[in-house]
Amino acid sequence: MSKSDSNLVTTKWASYKFETEPIRKGFGRGLKKAGEANEHVVAGCADLTDSTQMSLFKEAFPDRFIEIGVAEQNLVTVGSGLAAMGKIPFVSSYAAFSPGRNWEQIRTTICLNDQPVKIVGSHAGVSVGPDGATHQMLEDIALMRVLPNMVVVVPGDSIEAEKATLALAKDSRPAYLRLAREATPIITTESSPFVIGKAYVYREGTDLTIIATGTMTYQAMVAAEKLAGDNISAEVIHVPTIKPLDAVTLLASARKTGKVLTVEEAQIAGGLGGAVAELLSEQAPTKMLRIGMKDRFGESGKPEELLEHFGLTAKHIALQAYALIS
Amino acid sequence: MPSLTLQQLEEKAVEIREDIIRMLEHAGSGHSAGPLGLADIFTALYFDVLKHDPKKPDWDERDILLLSNGHTVPVRYATMAHAGYFERSELMTLRQFGSRLQGHPERDKLPGIEHTSGPLGCGLSQAAGMALAMRMNKQTHRWVYVVMGDGELDEGNIWEAAMLASKYKLSNIIGIIDRNNIQIDGPTESVMPLEDLKDKWEAFGWHVIEVDGNNIEAFIDACAMARAVVAKPVMIIAHTVPGKGVDFMEYDFHWHGAPPNHDQAKEALHDLRTLKGKIRSEHE
Ligand SMILES: [Mg+2]
Repeated sequence: MSKSDSNLVTTKWASYKFETEPIRKGFGRGLKKAGEANEHVVAGCADLTDSTQMSLFKEAFPDRFIEIGVAEQNLVTVGSGLAAMGKIPFVSSYAAFSPGRNWEQIRTTICLNDQPVKIVGSHAGVSVGPDGATHQMLEDIALMRVLPNMVVVVPGDSIEAEKATLALAKDSRPAYLRLAREATPIITTESSPFVIGKAYVYREGTDLTIIATGTMTYQAMVAAEKLAGDNISAEVIHVPTIKPLDAVTLLASARKTGKVLTVEEAQIAGGLGGAVAELLSEQAPTKMLRIGMKDRFGESGKPEELLEHFGLTAKHIALQAYALIS
Repeated sequence: MPSLTLQQLEEKAVEIREDIIRMLEHAGSGHSAGPLGLADIFTALYFDVLKHDPKKPDWDERDILLLSNGHTVPVRYATMAHAGYFERSELMTLRQFGSRLQGHPERDKLPGIEHTSGPLGCGLSQAAGMALAMRMNKQTHRWVYVVMGDGELDEGNIWEAAMLASKYKLSNIIGIIDRNNIQIDGPTESVMPLEDLKDKWEAFGWHVIEVDGNNIEAFIDACAMARAVVAKPVMIIAHTVPGKGVDFMEYDFHWHGAPPNHDQAKEALHDLRTLKGKIRSEHE
């Protein structure tokens, strides 16, 4: 069952008819609301205003929107300048290009310079689909996580993305917000909690802990229900903030179950799996498996085909869980 | 700050050059040619051009000065000390552990440093972001000055910023290129030719002013002209002599990234005090 204080949409994950919406849509709504709440919120985009859902903000606040053109290095460095003058800039592109192309500018002019620029990378993960490997960003979590001062947020659905955007607009740190392209099941509700730096136990269990982020949390919940049918009690923790990682919540669960499975639509090296492995190996060595991209690139295909091919579905998560506990 | 006469400004620039030599010798590493070449520009900026207050570095009406080629920061530190931001004695901590005077400037270490810089090509974009924010805040009598190296113009990021500033008609940006014709691997025109540099900036929609960057009076005039330009960002191409004032450093690209040793520093200080041997020094 879902933990009651998470206020998720259902407790019946296999049979419930989920509404779906791209996670980036929640960002678009959140940004407009953040703009309404604070006149210093501004936005810049690298020629992908509709795709990254900045168009709502642009329509509402044309004087606070800057079209940068296809220039991702400029995108983040202009953001640094805006922040230096007291603005709260959100700068968006596809994750493959920002932070894919402009890492050094982010390091120097945003993180070391300590300016609260919010870098929004849309179309992350293999579920981007037919565009293929060039556009399926998988290394962004690792790239952003190693930077001092940087916050890394990966929402699990569009409602959480909206809350995360509003929270980041009020946060004084540099941040990376990772968004997915495809319509994703809406699993949370308006009353589900979101605080930067918190992980949430979505389902309590005793046999193993499944730690998931972004689009994979839904898959993990479906897998846990399936495992329950086989009398395996899986705890599921949703980790929307990969940095700072909620060590207290993760360590407590790992110590309780003694077995941890991480799930992400990103490279496991340096990603959520890497972050959890670093934490557990030092503070609570735990038997562990990591699901995600394993040192390879994606390819063209339908999103469902690719998730199936790369083992990023509830079925595969359940199989790995059996392997972990046997 | 009381305004200085032209002669006082020129004497101030010599004092700043002397401090640059002492700092670099003491640090045992750092860049010589660029800071010496920029001493007249920085003297003009801090003692005449900029609206600023050394006692209130965060004053919200100040002009912004960005140093995109952060490796030339010894000239900024030395000029800031002379302008009263901190004691001159602190200059001797340059590049040392625990110092506020980092090898490349860091915003959160030293008040009055507007941005952390060093990796090249970022300053003009940051200037554009600041200029856009000033416009949104309806601050019409503030300018962003941004000093760039000429070798730095090899960076693509610069030209991305050039297009953006032109598109948004950011006339509150005044760019200053330290056109000293050298970079680490040699003359700019052999490493990666920049000419015709004026044509390039004009083609990108900028108003260009060319000036002798070692002539304080001419440079101050150029800045006044730049502030009068409307509807276009302005680029001042300031022709400077790398290593200016020290005979054995002038025009020699080997001094881009090297500090003087003790004997070289002694000779350099003699050069600066005697106009390269043309006059007798009172120190002798
Ligand atoms: Mg040069």
